[in-house]
Amino acid sequence: MKPFRYERASGVASACASAAEPTAKFIAGGTNLIDLMKLQIETPAHLVDIGPLPLGDIEETQEGGLRIGALVTNSALAADMRVRRRYPLLSQAILAGASTQLRNKATTGGNLLQRTRCAYFYDTTKPCNKRVPGSGCAALAGLNRMNAVLGVSDSCIAAHPSDMAVAMTALDAQIETVARDGTARTIPIDALYRAPGDTPHIETVLAPGELIRSVLLPPPPPGRQVYRKVRDRASFAFALVSAAVVLATDNSRVRAARVAFGGLSYKPWRSVQAEAALAGAALTRASFDAAGFVALGDARGYGHNDFKIPLARRTLRATLAAAAGIA
Amino acid sequence: MAARPPSAEAAAEPAQKVALTVNGRRHALDIDPRVTLLDALRENLALTGTKKGCDQGQCGACTVIVNGQRINSCLTLAVMHAGDEITTIEGLAEDGDLHPMQAAFVRHDGLQCGYCTPGQICSAVALVAEHKAGWPSHVTADVASVPALTDTEIAERMSGNICRCAAYANIVAAIRDVAEGGRS
Repeated sequence: MKPFRYERASGVASACASAAEPTAKFIAGGTNLIDLMKLQIETPAHLVDIGPLPLGDIEETQEGGLRIGALVTNSALAADMRVRRRYPLLSQAILAGASTQLRNKATTGGNLLQRTRCAYFYDTTKPCNKRVPGSGCAALAGLNRMNAVLGVSDSCIAAHPSDMAVAMTALDAQIETVARDGTARTIPIDALYRAPGDTPHIETVLAPGELIRSVLLPPPPPGRQVYRKVRDRASFAFALVSAAVVLATDNSRVRAARVAFGGLSYKPWRSVQAEAALAGAALTRASFDAAGFVALGDARGYGHNDFKIPLARRTLRATLAAAAGIA
Repeated sequence: MAARPPSAEAAAEPAQKVALTVNGRRHALDIDPRVTLLDALRENLALTGTKKGCDQGQCGACTVIVNGQRINSCLTLAVMHAGDEITTIEGLAEDGDLHPMQAAFVRHDGLQCGYCTPGQICSAVALVAEHKAGWPSHVTADVASVPALTDTEIAERMSGNICRCAAYANIVAAIRDVAEGGRS
């Protein structure tokens, strides 16, 4: 690990000012950042520990939603009875990720900003445009079984690893931040992440020193919520594909649907095309397959990950069937 | 590979003062901010019961209990734990009597080589508390319910602790025994 200066934050404004330095980083739970620092993939010269900041509460909003502080741990969020009753999708997604030990440290803000687990991002002997801009992408022609099939570029085919963020995307979460100059803004979660394009090392729209304060969940959408994760082993593994579905039905037809995927892109992948295809459709395997077909219409495999495209369609079908109660 | 202790590397930032409360005792340390809680426990405080396995949060051998919650001590910095109550395997026994979970691991032969055992036991102690607090898990059919602690629930909740001797069946039996009231 490279040497760094450690600062315990004493307030939001001073923490943002400190972290705005080019070589500074916020640290919260640290479960991803410290791992990357040991490997010298992340080499901050200055760590600003936001642990002491008062961002650890879950509050009801006047609109009937929840405001989740950035420092609420994944464990606390998944175990919160308001979340379990009203946003079971979110509890399910969080509990599908990592281990209890990690969820006890991992935070809401940190989960959103965790880095990819692309094997070539972690392998410092290989080119990686995300780790060393301009060095190339070893995953393109490499062992890319875990990599993305939607929305990526020839500069980078890394997948976003979060489960939590997939559920939040289906739930239309809003990210509330504060900038170095004290300006607050609200970013729809789908707009938080930047497409890799030619600059895959720039992953979000956040400015230097901009801090995620909280995540706002609007009131839960009507319908049944189901998260389904497909992975290489039954527990403690990243998704090959996951699907988050909210399905409202009326007399064996879909009234409204929300669809988001994990494991397929640089961000949780919301499919408004699949949602449109489902609206008004009969609750049949054919309708679910049609939704999967449009959701993956623009997908491109890179060899080892070609299987993700049919797997995502089948995962969506199974998740929709479960939400419709016909599985 | 396990990371080398950072002391030999050049251009270190000055040591930082931090007071760690471990097993009820307060320890004032001057420590490089790079030192993980795991290394501080083992190298600075000579509490070698907590084990270094993968050093990247995947094996669970370094599991300790901080403010009542189990964490991987390899993925957190010692300087981040001022004021926290840290419990390691050395702090579980009371007045020379094994903690019920330690006794259950012995009774059920929940180990072979023993390297993962301190982490398994710390994890299991916290697991029972989490279940009592009503936490759901990935295998809980309805996350709004409070599930019974079945073997399937125990296995899922222990997935952050690997045992390469594969003593899993007896580990699960030991945990179930304690959760059901135990014999010791």
